[in-house]
Amino acid sequence: MKRRDFIHLSGLGLGAMMIPSLAAYSKPVAAEYLMTPGMDPAAKKILADVALNTTKSLGATYTDVRIGRYLQQFLFTREKNVQGITNAESFGVGIRVIANGTWGFSATSDVTPDGIKKCAETAVAIAKANSKLQKEPVELAPVQSFGEVSWKTPIQKNAMEIPVKDKIDLLLSVNNAALDNGAAFVNSALFMVNEQKYFASTDGSYIDQDIHRIWPNFTVTAVNRQEGLFRSRQALSAPMGMGYEYLDGLASEKFMNPAGFNSYRNSYDMVEDAIGAAKHAKEKLTAKSVLPGKYDLMLDPDHLGLTIHESVGHPLELDRVLGYEANYAGTSFATLDKWETKSFKYGSDKVNIVADKVQPNSLGNVGWDDEGVKAKEWDLIKNGVLVNYQAIRDQAKIIGEKESHGCCFADNWSSVQFQRMPNVSLKPGTEKMSPHDMIKNIEKGIYILGRGSYSIDQQRYNFQFGGQLFYEIKNGEIAGMLEDVAYQSNTQEFWNSCSAICDKDDYRLFGSFFDGKGQPSQVSAVSHGSATTRFDGVNVINTGRSI
Amino acid sequence: MAILTQAEAKAIIDKVLSYAKADETEVTLSGGRTGNIRYARNTVNTSGETNEISLSITSVYGKKSGSTSINELDDESLKKAVARAEEIAKLAPENPEYMPMLGPQSYGPAKTFSSATHNINPDYRAQLAIDSIAPCVENNLTAAGYLEDFSGFVAQGNSKGLFGYNQRTGVDFTVTVRTADGTGSGYAGRDFNDASLLKAGEVTKIAAQKAMASTNAQAIEPGKYTVILEPMAANDLLRLLTFGLDARSADEGRSFMSKKGGGTKLGEKLFDERVNIYSDPNHPDIPASPWSGDGLPLEKTTWVENGVAKNLFYSRYWAEKQGVKPVPRPQGVIFEGGDQSLLDMIRNTERGILVTRFWYIRAVDPQTLLYTGLTRDGTFYIENGQIKFPVKNFRFNESPIIMLNNIEALGKPERTGGNMIPPMKIRDFTFTSLSDAV
Repeated sequence: MKRRDFIHLSGLGLGAMMIPSLAAYSKPVAAEYLMTPGMDPAAKKILADVALNTTKSLGATYTDVRIGRYLQQFLFTREKNVQGITNAESFGVGIRVIANGTWGFSATSDVTPDGIKKCAETAVAIAKANSKLQKEPVELAPVQSFGEVSWKTPIQKNAMEIPVKDKIDLLLSVNNAALDNGAAFVNSALFMVNEQKYFASTDGSYIDQDIHRIWPNFTVTAVNRQEGLFRSRQALSAPMGMGYEYLDGLASEKFMNPAGFNSYRNSYDMVEDAIGAAKHAKEKLTAKSVLPGKYDLMLDPDHLGLTIHESVGHPLELDRVLGYEANYAGTSFATLDKWETKSFKYGSDKVNIVADKVQPNSLGNVGWDDEGVKAKEWDLIKNGVLVNYQAIRDQAKIIGEKESHGCCFADNWSSVQFQRMPNVSLKPGTEKMSPHDMIKNIEKGIYILGRGSYSIDQQRYNFQFGGQLFYEIKNGEIAGMLEDVAYQSNTQEFWNSCSAICDKDDYRLFGSFFDGKGQPSQVSAVSHGSATTRFDGVNVINTGRSI
Repeated sequence: MAILTQAEAKAIIDKVLSYAKADETEVTLSGGRTGNIRYARNTVNTSGETNEISLSITSVYGKKSGSTSINELDDESLKKAVARAEEIAKLAPENPEYMPMLGPQSYGPAKTFSSATHNINPDYRAQLAIDSIAPCVENNLTAAGYLEDFSGFVAQGNSKGLFGYNQRTGVDFTVTVRTADGTGSGYAGRDFNDASLLKAGEVTKIAAQKAMASTNAQAIEPGKYTVILEPMAANDLLRLLTFGLDARSADEGRSFMSKKGGGTKLGEKLFDERVNIYSDPNHPDIPASPWSGDGLPLEKTTWVENGVAKNLFYSRYWAEKQGVKPVPRPQGVIFEGGDQSLLDMIRNTERGILVTRFWYIRAVDPQTLLYTGLTRDGTFYIENGQIKFPVKNFRFNESPIIMLNNIEALGKPERTGGNMIPPMKIRDFTFTSLSDAV
């Protein structure tokens, strides 16, 4: 058991409720406190300069300082009850330096000139101590000096400013809607995050950012006690880089999918989805068990996002390719020699996958990354061919890049920044095609929506994915709900079986709010955009068992 | 070092309680040091150490509770924190499932502290990395490893007179060794309360042997195989079973422990009669804290006896509702085995697969506790009592419930992941596809 778990389990009150991924060194605060402004940028600049001057005088050749205020509000309910409300703040500073060609990092919650000076001294001392074990001196790709700049997630409604009562009322109305429509149980939650991050470096940038994210979620369960059966359906929402406006449920952002219920773009109707979920959960109890075999799969963006994440996003992380994650997440099949051929067919000609930190409403959207590199977009896979990886400043030269891709991230002021997955998205098709058009051409297939069970090997070859909802497609039409469906494939084989992609009107974002990587583990939030996509002849297994 | 003695901790907690005005107040004071070192590609990447102390307060009015925490322990800060927790509590919605705080409890002594672990410093961590990396460099192998160590204390008290104090230490070390050409990979790991039991060089040697032995793995057809699961692999699946022994979800009809027609499967024979699982906070190899998450003393508890389910976790709320005694979750479980060594089990196997560990295990169907995942870092084919050759990794789709009905043999338990788990020989284990991953 890790020490943090030990403390959580040992505490009677705070620890009695396990909170997923609360930022390190968080302190519970009153909800009103989440609306108070943080430290003024001018004051942060003065403190940052203390660090930059201290490390320079001690011989550091590079320094960056991150003063971070991480605010989180998590609300949990089940049926008629509020289970927990967490309002938390984590505030501190992380200082990273290069001395003797080696990285050193130190962090402190003492955000005063004295505290920062001591922390800066420690960072340099650590770099110098570690330099004895250093084999390859760090080389940073150049970065532009941006001066004093700022960036804010373009939100319309700051979720932290919405009264807690309104949020609880929403969750309880979601629960009531599910219970009224036949659910036996429902758990619902709202996760809201505001990162107020200030970055300064010896490259001459002082960057103030105000980043917002939101994730509404629920699980609805239907039970047949007589038969001893239960089935659940989770929300078809996506975590987004948006404010509370994501929960407006605008009619203009809904569209009827081929299975006959609404899917959502950039505005989510949580109550409507809960009503649908209750009906789906009940329907699942009696749905037909799938006949295993080869099927053409039609994958909804709310499902395909996770497949992209696991089979494209992770294998193209350069640190992973190089072996830095070998003891934990693993390495990658997408090795440098394959990339160097410039002809490695990752997928079919239709497959164009881009990485970015700039898509509006996405979880990865920022102005600059955590080493002061401006956010941008770049190609990973072009017309099916592997063309690039995800690289940060000290990795860029390995793949012949002149500058970093701008995907360096730390989940907290107390964590050291490292390469993290940007948004990785499949470009929509260029020919006009809706999901309704796509289904017409499928003779024997399965339409899959929502994120389910997902598992992939440590080099990202073999995977098995489930979903929330499965519909049998027969001769171009939906022929009813299926259960016990999972598909198994090999990454390269799978992406090469991609035969059609719907157009930009069907493009939607999927997201992962708590993506884990590294030791000690850090989380990050990332989106994956796509339109409904067809894959031919994929192996489907039946996961039903009797015990 | 942020470790307070029992007397120091109690004095602070009593002071906080003396400032409290709420109906009920609970204080948890914890602190200590967490350290780590991480290396990859035969060089150290990161190492760090954190010392922290934290005091958290939960105030309750009726069924409304509020919490806060601070790092400063001066009188003024403590008073402010109490006032803040009370203010948050007054604004909180009622929790109908709130249970009044417990009165004084009797907690036994815990053997969770080791001075060897407590004394770990940056030099120890650097030496551990050197001990692990050096032999790999000599043999043209590549090591990636991670050590995390901690030494800390937790004290808790409440306005009804409860008080507990515990010191705990731990080390958790894992290492992956790969061959230079990337065709072989091996993994090993150990966790202890007492760092003097951890021999990083020896653990690395096991990973290195597996790496060298696993090069040029052959592909064999997926299907049902007899498997020998090393304790780490067995634990990967069994912990998912023991974690799910929750009474409430079983009573609610949404667990593999729910019974057709209503009720739970408590008292039913669910597994092979050789399956015996219990927890004991005083077990010398996996000592636990004296109390559980809800403050109840941890006691020796039998979970499965001769294949029959004997206990489920009952929270205090659910126990009261069902009119039974609350049963806290254990911190670690002991799965009884036999005397056979892993080598004995291999010798007695005509045809089978030896599995070092599993990876990326995810629930497929909670109804049947079906999981999927893959073998990783050392998978070998056994024939006529001998390891014949390495095989490519498999994806499995299997339920620990089915697995524990297909036991062929159980070996000698050892500590892995905080549990005591034997190596297990299981027939008809379901592998559904092959993976090229090394």
